[in-house]
Amino acid sequence: MCHQTVSLIARHLEQNGIPTVVIGSARDIVEYCGVPRFVFTDFPLGNPAGLPWQPDMQRAIVAQALDLLETATAPRTTVVAPFAWNGDPGWRSVYNRVTPENADALRALGDERRRKMLARKPVKD
Amino acid sequence: MDDPGQPVAYMERTRAYYRALGYKADYVWAHHDDVPFTRLAKPLAASRVALLTTASPLDASNKDAKGWRHVWSAPVDPAPDKLDTHDLSWDKETTHTNDRESFLPLAAARRLAAEGRIAGLTPRFHGVPTEYSIRKTRTQDAPDALTRLHEDGADAAILCAL
Repeated sequence: MCHQTVSLIARHLEQNGIPTVVIGSARDIVEYCGVPRFVFTDFPLGNPAGLPWQPDMQRAIVAQALDLLETATAPRTTVVAPFAWNGDPGWRSVYNRVTPENADALRALGDERRRKMLARKPVKD
Repeated sequence: MDDPGQPVAYMERTRAYYRALGYKADYVWAHHDDVPFTRLAKPLAASRVALLTTASPLDASNKDAKGWRHVWSAPVDPAPDKLDTHDLSWDKETTHTNDRESFLPLAAARRLAAEGRIAGLTPRFHGVPTEYSIRKTRTQDAPDALTRLHEDGADAAILCAL
């Protein structure tokens, strides 16, 4: 949801005269929402601006975002950061995975979330 | 099985996950045919840039009495070393957010300012709450963020999603 949130905020800022660039790792969500400029970092969710404790990579990604502010000539311009995740090569399968083994635990987690939400006044959408 | 060379299909992944949690209706993601586009009003080297994050302050001061999060702001200098990302949905099995620069790169941006790439950062960075409600983001949080960027004299913005 973070990627949708920043995409919606970017659109609003842009509509009101402030050029924006989104840095993120969920390409499908950002591009489905539609933003003016997007730097895609193909990492696990959590480190969109570069791997932890790698300041030169982080600087390069911000520089790429700034370049995009200057060079993009049309909306929906996406560039891909030239870096790869350096940890578990199977990371793409990890986030929010659903397996027969965790089905009962996920159902219980959902029940708990619904109980908590009932205790709060919802914002109507 | 995920293709190792392809970006993760997060919308599809999320759909399966929420069905497994027992939600009856699939989430409807925001989608637009038209995308706004604004060019820089001045050269990048003369532009003041704002950074935005979806993280929260450690003291939870962005939450109201009912637990709803709101837009918040904090100085970029000195910037907090840590921010709260616990409530957000990111890959907690694979990575961590102990290095704030990995999701809110204030020092990296300051380095680029020192190199003359931009005029500088705005005095504050801003936090926007991640919400399921598209309407809340559009009608409350986005206008609030815009007001704060105007107050800070932002010429452009970098938004980092966790």
